[in-house]
Amino acid sequence: MSENKGVWVFSENYDLTLEMLGKGRKIADMLRTELVAVLVGSNVQEKANDLIKHGADKVYLVDNPALERFQSEAYLSVLHNLTANYKPDILLIGSTKNGKPLAARLATRLETGCIPDCSRLSVDEKGRLIGERITYGGNAVAKVTFRSKPQIATIPGRAFAKLEPQDRNGEVTKLDVKIEEPKTEVVETKPLETSSVNIEEAKVIVSCGRGLEKKEDKALLEDLAKILGGQLGNSRPLAEDRKWFTEWVGLSGHKVKPKLYVACGISGVIQHVAGIRDSKMIVAINNDPEAPIFEVADYGVVGDLYEILPALTEALNKQLQ
Amino acid sequence: MKRIIVCLKQAVDVSQLKVDPKTNQLLTASAPKKISDFDKNALEEAIRIKEKLGEAEIYTVTVSSEDAKAVLREALAIGADKAYFVNDPSFQDVDTSATAYILTEAIKKIGEFDLILCGEASLDSFSGLVGSRLAELLNLPLIASVRKLTVEDNTVVGERTLEDAYETVKAKTPALITVTREINQPRIPSLMMIMKASKKEIVTWTATDLNIQKEKVEGKIDVIEVLAPKTERKKIMITGENKEEIAEKLAKALIQEGVVGR
Repeated sequence: MSENKGVWVFSENYDLTLEMLGKGRKIADMLRTELVAVLVGSNVQEKANDLIKHGADKVYLVDNPALERFQSEAYLSVLHNLTANYKPDILLIGSTKNGKPLAARLATRLETGCIPDCSRLSVDEKGRLIGERITYGGNAVAKVTFRSKPQIATIPGRAFAKLEPQDRNGEVTKLDVKIEEPKTEVVETKPLETSSVNIEEAKVIVSCGRGLEKKEDKALLEDLAKILGGQLGNSRPLAEDRKWFTEWVGLSGHKVKPKLYVACGISGVIQHVAGIRDSKMIVAINNDPEAPIFEVADYGVVGDLYEILPALTEALNKQLQ
Repeated sequence: MKRIIVCLKQAVDVSQLKVDPKTNQLLTASAPKKISDFDKNALEEAIRIKEKLGEAEIYTVTVSSEDAKAVLREALAIGADKAYFVNDPSFQDVDTSATAYILTEAIKKIGEFDLILCGEASLDSFSGLVGSRLAELLNLPLIASVRKLTVEDNTVVGERTLEDAYETVKAKTPALITVTREINQPRIPSLMMIMKASKKEIVTWTATDLNIQKEKVEGKIDVIEVLAPKTERKKIMITGENKEEIAEKLAKALIQEGVVGR
């Protein structure tokens, strides 16, 4: 086990790669080891220097036309080849819809452990990686560590911050890797029609739940969101049951971390709360004084959202002038 | 399509989970158990495929150190034809690598199949790794997080939602598919179906029956602790004579906290 060294990061999502380099830099410094970015794609060489600027000591570059788009077996074979040859101590993989199965399959090939969706990482006195993740439907945070190497953890977006780019020295190594035959074929892709602003990036979110009687009534929330400089969100039932929206905030949807989250008519089931836990401040408006949302709110108002929201918008309007 | 295998986990019903207020520990042992939600979607999808194609056997496989017969009976009532229960005290606290290994051995013993369906993740631990690990161990094509599945002859086509795109992926059977909760609305078994299920077979295997290697069940990770997260919220309730007064107080608080504006 002692032969494994270095902290590696890989994601097919470039932003997430940079975020993982930010955290990876700290871990590598703690362990006095090197930080390696794995860069996979077609004509991606130009990104290598940027990865070094964002903290990498070394870039392993695998550039091949067959790797232009993510393909499970192709990317898996590249990562398997590299990790089996160079034996990293720690490997952070972006926890995307493609990245997570990739991490699980790689861990299986390498007969090692994988801790998914770590929102925090630390290193213990023996130099083992400890990952923290939300579990039991948001009821708990589990601290988990490894018995095997490489230690593979998957990292969700926006868990860690990118470093400011700096002029640093680093080494780029171009590698030729045999690529496995694909077992699946992507027959179609089309862009996701999402709101123009990503809710996970929003500074202020005004969010509605089952307390909203009609979809049109979201205008009340829009008025408040406008003055707060925020955007709208919603709980899962409004998307899954009432089909008013296609996305939602919660454990199985978007995990948000605004500075202000206003929950209107949201009861606050544990899965929803797990998605808003990292908000700096939570305000709850609900007509049920027993609603669990008040247990996790900084400010609570027991009242009808149809009365409170317009009054709040007006009060803010007045006080901000 | 002759045979579909559905992997079912008996999960802690997280909505009924309680926390020991003194230690912050989760009382998982005493919490009620149920079929993990996502796995129920996988089972429902298998039944829909069977209904569409007219014939197919649906086998479920469950790995647990505890009794899970009630959960298996429910799966049979919903529409599985046969349930395999791999039950051994040594399976306590298995991790995803061990679970995938045990499932692999069970599925090899079951024999031929065309499709394996799993939930994208389990309701309780929510790791979302077992299906992918299983595909790798069985050397199968994997389509993960499928929200719409079409089965034709010897191909499967899955629609998935990625972070920034919709994707349609095709694979030849046998293949492994993990499903999301959007894929369908699982049915609730009728009394008739529940009664019929009592005649269906549950096959129980132990670790010995599957020649399970002990060291492979020990797992690759260590759980250090599982604690309820501490909430450090102010929990200030704003009250007033009327809505205007409440709104004014709240607006003032938000401005003072510096959370208003961009």
